Amino acid sequence: MNGHAFSLAGAELCALPSGALWWAARRLLCVADLHLGKAERHARRGGAALPPYETEETLARLDADLAATGAETVVCLGDSFDDDAAARALPEAARTAVARLQVGRRWIWVAGNHDPGPTDLGGTHLAEAAIGPLTFRHIAAPGATAEISGHYHPKARLRTAAGRVARKAFLIDGDRAILPAYGTYTGGLCCEDPALTALMRPEAIAVLTGRRALAVPMHPRRTARA
Amino acid sequence: MTELPPPIAQWFAARGWEIHPHQVEMLERAGEPALLLVAPTGGGKTLAGFLPTLAELADGAHAGLHTLYVSPLKALAADIRRNLTRPIEEMGLPVRVEDRTGDTSYTKKRRQRADPPHILLTTPESLALLTSYEDAPRIFAGLRRVIVDEAHALAESKRGDQLMLALARLESLAPGLRRVGLSATVEDPPALARFLARSDAPAQVVEADPGPDPDIRMLRTRAAPPWAGGGGAYAIPEVLEAVRAHRTTLIFHNTRAQAEIFFHSLWLANDDGLPIGIHHGSLDRAQREKVEAAMTAGQLRAVVCTGSLDLGIDWGDVDLVIQVGAPKNVKRLVQRIGRANHRYNAPSKALVVPANRFEVVECEAALQAVRAHDLDGEPRGPGPLDVLCQQILIAACAGPFEADALYDEVRCAGPYAGLARADFDACLAFAATGGYALKAYDRWQRLKQDAAGRWHLRDPRAAQRIRMNIGTIQDTDTLKVRMRGRGPMLGEVEEAFAASLSPGDTFLIGGRIVRYDALRELTVEVSPSGRKTPKIAVFNGTKFATSTQLSARILALFEQDAWPELPAHTADWLALQRTVSRLPAPDRLLIETFPHEGRQHLVAYGFAGRNGQQTLGLLLTKRMEEMGLDPLGFVSTDYATLIWGLEAVPDPAPLFDIAALEAGLERWLAANAVMKRTFRASATIAGLIERNTPQARKSGKQATFSSDILYDTLRKYDPDHLMLRITRDEAMRGLVDFDRVREMCARVAGRIDHMALDRVTPLAAPLFLEPGRVPVEGAGRERLAEDAAAALMAEAGLPA
Repeated sequence: MNGHAFSLAGAELCALPSGALWWAARRLLCVADLHLGKAERHARRGGAALPPYETEETLARLDADLAATGAETVVCLGDSFDDDAAARALPEAARTAVARLQVGRRWIWVAGNHDPGPTDLGGTHLAEAAIGPLTFRHIAAPGATAEISGHYHPKARLRTAAGRVARKAFLIDGDRAILPAYGTYTGGLCCEDPALTALMRPEAIAVLTGRRALAVPMHPRRTARA
Repeated sequence: MTELPPPIAQWFAARGWEIHPHQVEMLERAGEPALLLVAPTGGGKTLAGFLPTLAELADGAHAGLHTLYVSPLKALAADIRRNLTRPIEEMGLPVRVEDRTGDTSYTKKRRQRADPPHILLTTPESLALLTSYEDAPRIFAGLRRVIVDEAHALAESKRGDQLMLALARLESLAPGLRRVGLSATVEDPPALARFLARSDAPAQVVEADPGPDPDIRMLRTRAAPPWAGGGGAYAIPEVLEAVRAHRTTLIFHNTRAQAEIFFHSLWLANDDGLPIGIHHGSLDRAQREKVEAAMTAGQLRAVVCTGSLDLGIDWGDVDLVIQVGAPKNVKRLVQRIGRANHRYNAPSKALVVPANRFEVVECEAALQAVRAHDLDGEPRGPGPLDVLCQQILIAACAGPFEADALYDEVRCAGPYAGLARADFDACLAFAATGGYALKAYDRWQRLKQDAAGRWHLRDPRAAQRIRMNIGTIQDTDTLKVRMRGRGPMLGEVEEAFAASLSPGDTFLIGGRIVRYDALRELTVEVSPSGRKTPKIAVFNGTKFATSTQLSARILALFEQDAWPELPAHTADWLALQRTVSRLPAPDRLLIETFPHEGRQHLVAYGFAGRNGQQTLGLLLTKRMEEMGLDPLGFVSTDYATLIWGLEAVPDPAPLFDIAALEAGLERWLAANAVMKRTFRASATIAGLIERNTPQARKSGKQATFSSDILYDTLRKYDPDHLMLRITRDEAMRGLVDFDRVREMCARVAGRIDHMALDRVTPLAAPLFLEPGRVPVEGAGRERLAEDAAAALMAEAGLPA
């Protein structure tokens, strides 16, 4: 699947080029920061009416990942909705699409800072989820280990012979993995930001998403010198 | 002659000044609804514009705002305030003059709304903002006159379209408003007059005596210009001699980067230590003001500059203008020449410095055009719809409106005279609901209709967001550059350039070499550097394409039997080309093919301007790929495109079938960086993307997602959406410039001369030295990324 395989606390994981995390042994697919309903919230708060297709697009990509992996468990790592009102206002077509994706699968909504409350969509709503050796939570807890989180929307840059590339990226070290935002209308925070460099170990890698997952050192200079 | 009120007449008399004939005419015809004054620099245009106002205000009877003056430059508004305040005080007139721009303080702006001055000096953006307030009807109720300065410059951009919409609004608020446009020499004054006036009452043109013809020549140099490149560094000794021989010289460049390089080389050669400054739009305002002040005080012998000095501020003492690099456009050359010698009735003196061998021909063609008074200019299309979308939002901020009334008002603006109702309705729908095929915003429409059918903002908070984003100027993302340790601000560079820097890299800014240290809170921190070979900063200055008219003149020059007017090195070069191959002809397309260094080459001399030739290169290589000709890359200039690849092209004619090119264009546009850039600009103007939000300014943290995502989403789910239509129209005229390709195909009409040769031709040779080679992309980019990633992992000692 052109993914980047790595292990965390004994779990063999794969960072998929789409930005989803695949745990084959548990048949578990994890996605972070879907931000469904973002366009609706933007307009509600007096902003411009953005093209109202991002929820459809995000769910279509998730559908493709589920079909490709045959996942039996789905963990949405928080900020699945742009806010709780956006979750309630989700159009009927989107609710049906979510329900269809949930059929025959265990589905876990982890609470995020944007969407703390439970939703009336199917699935289990948890503050955080402990599965096997791993803990799934929205925001990384400093000092934690064996942790999968989202929240920061990390991005990484890569200089190539044909110019600069900046893409959404996984950040991975021996303690944790931080997932890129999966939602269509999501920006990114450069992995060189102090908020992220403080969390990640010096030998951390960034895995760029795209046509295939590309692993690069997260702090090229620091590790190169060490 | 109209009697001047005594205080004004006495003021003129006391100075022994004679009033210019065109100033008299402007005064006599002051009652006409719209006048356009076309006068050369130094002709007393501004005074001609203001004299009627001063005459009408002299008796002190008018209360409130009388005259609005709009200029494209903030600095000009401030300058005019100073220049106007003094005579008003000396004449003892009861007239209050104030300026209002983005630099004006909040308290002063509030006060101006409550108690407007008699004369308000402002910019198109500040005016648009003023018209968005609920109290706009009160502010503008007594307005009598509007003066639009530098109308020729405004008419070339969306800022002008926005201004004309604002004037249409003002006319609804103050019926009977009179308009005056002030313009430098332009090619088609009636077109500018139509742009400027109410669409039902075209402006009358007043043309001042253009003065004597300029004294303009090509700079003769000891060294021949290089075969390629754009710096003009070879001419530095002669340029310095010219500077020495004159009081004050302006040295114009086409791009900021070239100005920086030239200024740097000039300093290295400036053994006499002549005081020379640099001025361009990417330098910090304080730095620019210092140069301007030194210039006004007569302390500088020369200023290296770009278009930032094209407009406005009068530098009294300039007696020579040097244009480095082909001017690309005759009208701009003439306007630049006018910067020399502001004494009316004295010829301006100018030198043109071709930057490379081909530009020698281009400069000669431009000089001929100047002598023949043959100015060029592309006719402007109808008013763009993205600006109209913004105007609808601005109208909604001011208060509820009726669609019919707004449609009628908009059509009073010259550029929108022919606006179709369907287009207006599409823009209104876009502003109200986004105008999507999927009706998603029933509850959260931006604009709603009340029971009487009037449109208003659903959420009053939206007004603040809309006002924060008024304007059509597209500032690309730039980062400020500052000397380390709270040192002075030096200027700004493009974000993309800053991202390419590593600590220790050096680059040129404001004429000095600095070392990149760190990026701190959106500021590039640098320290002084003694290095000799700096990188060249990328600035967002515009690259102009050679105009159609100038291209035609170059082709006409090629028709001559010999070229006695050209320097021998260039005449010999053209003669050799004629022997070895042939010269491009006006109504034919010359294609040369030849092998070189193991690759097959094809050159198409389309003379379609750099953007058009670039598009041609992309389309041709696409077609060649489909035909299995394995093109590897191409490079374009204003006159030709050079393509290299693995297979020879035995019969190039079918490649230039316009229908096939157009079909290729449709496919190519689908995911094109040029389209995305154009979309971003138009979507920002139309209000889909908000650059400024009421939340704290973005700190780089989880910055808004890229506009490319909106573009891709629209293309996939709503391909007929208004914003995509606008983007396409814009790109065809602007960066894609397919119009020029189409025009070239029509001009050539299938008359293609294919010269199959065994080696590089004289005219093609410089193309091999051109920068900006474009690789033809297949899976190549992805593979390069993989290689780069693997190399980095290996270097860091990490497993891949």
